[in-house]
Amino acid sequence: MRLKLVPSDTSLDFFKLSKMTLGASALAMIASVVLFFMIGLNYGIDFKGGTTIRTDAQNPVDIVAYRAALEPLGLGDVSITQVIDPAAQLTGATSNVSQIRIEAQEGAEAATVETIKAVKNALIEVDPTMSFPQIDSVGPKVSGELIQTAVIAVVLAISAVLFYIWLRFEWQFSVGAVAALVHDVVLTIGVFSLLQIKFDLAIIAALLTIVGYSLNDTVVVFDRVRENLRKYKAKPLKDVLNQSINETLSRTVMTSVTTLIALISLFVLGGDVIHGFVFAMIWGVIVGTYSSVFVASAILLRLGVKRDWDKIDDGRAGTQFANIDA
Amino acid sequence: MLQFSFSKKLLIWAVCAIGILMAAPNLFYTSVEQSNDAEATLATGVPATPELTAIAGQWPAWMPSALVNLGLDLRGGAHLLAEVQVEDVYAERIDSYWPEVRDALRAERVTIGTIRRQDGADTDLRVRISKPEAMDTALAKVRALASPVASLSNVGATDIDVSAEGADIIVRLSEAERLATDQRTMAQSLEIIRRRVDEAGTREPTIQRQGDRRVLIQVPGIGSAEELKELIGKTAKLTFHPVLSRTSDPDTRVQSRQILLPDAQDQGLFYVLEKTATITGDHLVDAQPSFDQNNQAAISFRLNPTGGRIFGEYTASNIGQAFAIVLDEEVLSAPTIQSHIPGGSGIITGQFDVAESTKLAIQLRAGALPAKVVYLEERTIGPELGQDSIDAGALACIVAFITVLIFMVLSYGLFGVFANIALIINVGLIFGLLSMIGATLTLPGIAGIVLTIGMAVDANVLVFERIREELKGGKNPVRAIELGYERAFSAIIDANITTLIAAVILFVMGSGPVRGFAITLGLGIVTSVFTAIWVTRLVISIYMERRRPKEIEV
Repeated sequence: MRLKLVPSDTSLDFFKLSKMTLGASALAMIASVVLFFMIGLNYGIDFKGGTTIRTDAQNPVDIVAYRAALEPLGLGDVSITQVIDPAAQLTGATSNVSQIRIEAQEGAEAATVETIKAVKNALIEVDPTMSFPQIDSVGPKVSGELIQTAVIAVVLAISAVLFYIWLRFEWQFSVGAVAALVHDVVLTIGVFSLLQIKFDLAIIAALLTIVGYSLNDTVVVFDRVRENLRKYKAKPLKDVLNQSINETLSRTVMTSVTTLIALISLFVLGGDVIHGFVFAMIWGVIVGTYSSVFVASAILLRLGVKRDWDKIDDGRAGTQFANIDA
Repeated sequence: MLQFSFSKKLLIWAVCAIGILMAAPNLFYTSVEQSNDAEATLATGVPATPELTAIAGQWPAWMPSALVNLGLDLRGGAHLLAEVQVEDVYAERIDSYWPEVRDALRAERVTIGTIRRQDGADTDLRVRISKPEAMDTALAKVRALASPVASLSNVGATDIDVSAEGADIIVRLSEAERLATDQRTMAQSLEIIRRRVDEAGTREPTIQRQGDRRVLIQVPGIGSAEELKELIGKTAKLTFHPVLSRTSDPDTRVQSRQILLPDAQDQGLFYVLEKTATITGDHLVDAQPSFDQNNQAAISFRLNPTGGRIFGEYTASNIGQAFAIVLDEEVLSAPTIQSHIPGGSGIITGQFDVAESTKLAIQLRAGALPAKVVYLEERTIGPELGQDSIDAGALACIVAFITVLIFMVLSYGLFGVFANIALIINVGLIFGLLSMIGATLTLPGIAGIVLTIGMAVDANVLVFERIREELKGGKNPVRAIELGYERAFSAIIDANITTLIAAVILFVMGSGPVRGFAITLGLGIVTSVFTAIWVTRLVISIYMERRRPKEIEV
């Protein structure tokens, strides 16, 4: 007996509730923007400058004592969090790891040797078994540039993709796909604001991967729409879209599930260092799958599509690549 | 078409085999690494010891031995991004022109009157003359001191701009000279940092210039970024000493206030020197490869005003004597003083060719960091954390891999097995490619591989779903498979190109670990399309030919 995540023949109407789903998406996006401006992202030192120190000790993490030890150093804003590793919890291994973050010090680019030594000494006095397996320090100059590069990267990626889809399909597809992308990126920023997960360079990499993945999904659906539009010239657009989504539904779910399997195993077993990164991608796969159906296709339906696919040989720009396959 | 020509089959299997062969050394990482190190040691001409040969033999020589480099976050080590304060050098440079300018103007005392150096901006040399009406003569004199700047972009440019402001002559470094100075400062800084880091003797340090004035330093295996900073901060010691005698006996007894130092190149040559240095590296402002009057390779150097005065007095009273140029307790060269050298600049001649003089000039300049270095970014990763990350990443990879394999078999039965064969080859190809191009694997890079495992099945899923549809439509198995591949092709290509676009942008814009992720993601896309389109199809084609099933279930 085969495992079938989706029945062989589905004929669900994905647009019955399209007003509701589009409304929900719009609401979620607004909420994300509000969260972003109200709470803001928990920027990591990559973007804000400062120093993070990872501590590892034999004795349990004692945040209060650590804080008391660092207080006299006058380092400004210091945040201390215990790092929880689900893999260690599963195996019952002891993990007494904490992450200490110090804001960028006045007048210094990266943290000075003295600052780090002072912090180490103060902490070792609290717990002599402590070691410091990771210390990162980024100066405000570099962090400013990193933000700039990151924003450019995301914008570039989205525009490049917009261009590619416009080349391969029609502009309406392009708008639908990019709306889905923006939706995914905005919701990811929203969830990172809400949960206050550290937002660093790796998360930008995750965002770009989400862009790639979400598109992957959207493109597969659109590819089928393009094919069906040629096949059923008289069928209403809504039915063509519905049929296309239904036909690709099994693949959409399969790929999302295999990707999620891989990502979840990485989330649980991959160590806490890449938690935020993997979390962003898991979220992105879920949102991206949703958006390719409920955002990209719904927008395509509202924009409408030219149906004269057969007459594209008259050399109009933008579609000349569309009929090299099939 | 489901039929493959023999040559095509051969090509596909050859690509797979080569990829997996290239990936194989990574399975035995430690022993291959030791073997490579031992072979590298042997290649430098070190006499072969039985142990060394044994270690080198741990991995057969005919097998490929390229490994995936492990990034700093997996191996542990320190990362520094340093910015060289190139402007620091301008003030010192312009200051070193003062003796020359002074001497040139003094020679014209009758027309221009007395001269006095004025205070001004650090980067200006400001000289007041008491007879401003003779300014033109003074300017001409100072301008005559300018020498051409050798650069590709500024043909005919000279090193100084000379202008007048009232009774003051202002000498500034020209734009071309500033650029040239910046380039030299960066080259010097890189050289010094490289030498300092090499002293630590760690494997494969990365020392890279980034942009106009930054240096990226990555040293695996070093304890912390602080240690690395201390190492780089240390200055090379350059000194000039009077030479008392030369000897070939390394055990020569020397009197007090004397030292015995070896020659840097000639192993059997030693010098007895006066212990007190005449000139130290602090006095040296610049050293450049040049030529002497006989067109022999030489090195011109320039001292700061104090050094210039000392050197002038010393050379005047010691013509015919040798003095030794000593760097870090080794005598670089010991030229004979030909004449009095005023003005703080001179030329070192010797038995060297252009390449040697260039190197020596760099070494001379490399004595001390030419400018202050500010650290913009520093990261330390302990080796245990790196190992933990490798272990966690490997475990996650294996679990993800096995789960996906099982899932595919459950979903597609026999065809799932075919897809799995392709998936296994796919992972082999990724590692093979990574080893071949010498890419660096980082923790996000491992995440990229895991993600690829998840997504690699996508192309197969697209095809299989399509085959299912065609079968449902009543096509016979062979036709359904052919159509499945044909019709899924455009979706596979479009979907993967869009992801590839994101990966390429990540690679171009990203740095460090993010770039590592982009590499594995990008390679993963390429290999997964290859395995899905050709390998699975080939496997299916072989199955269909051998078994000729009347009906298939996908």
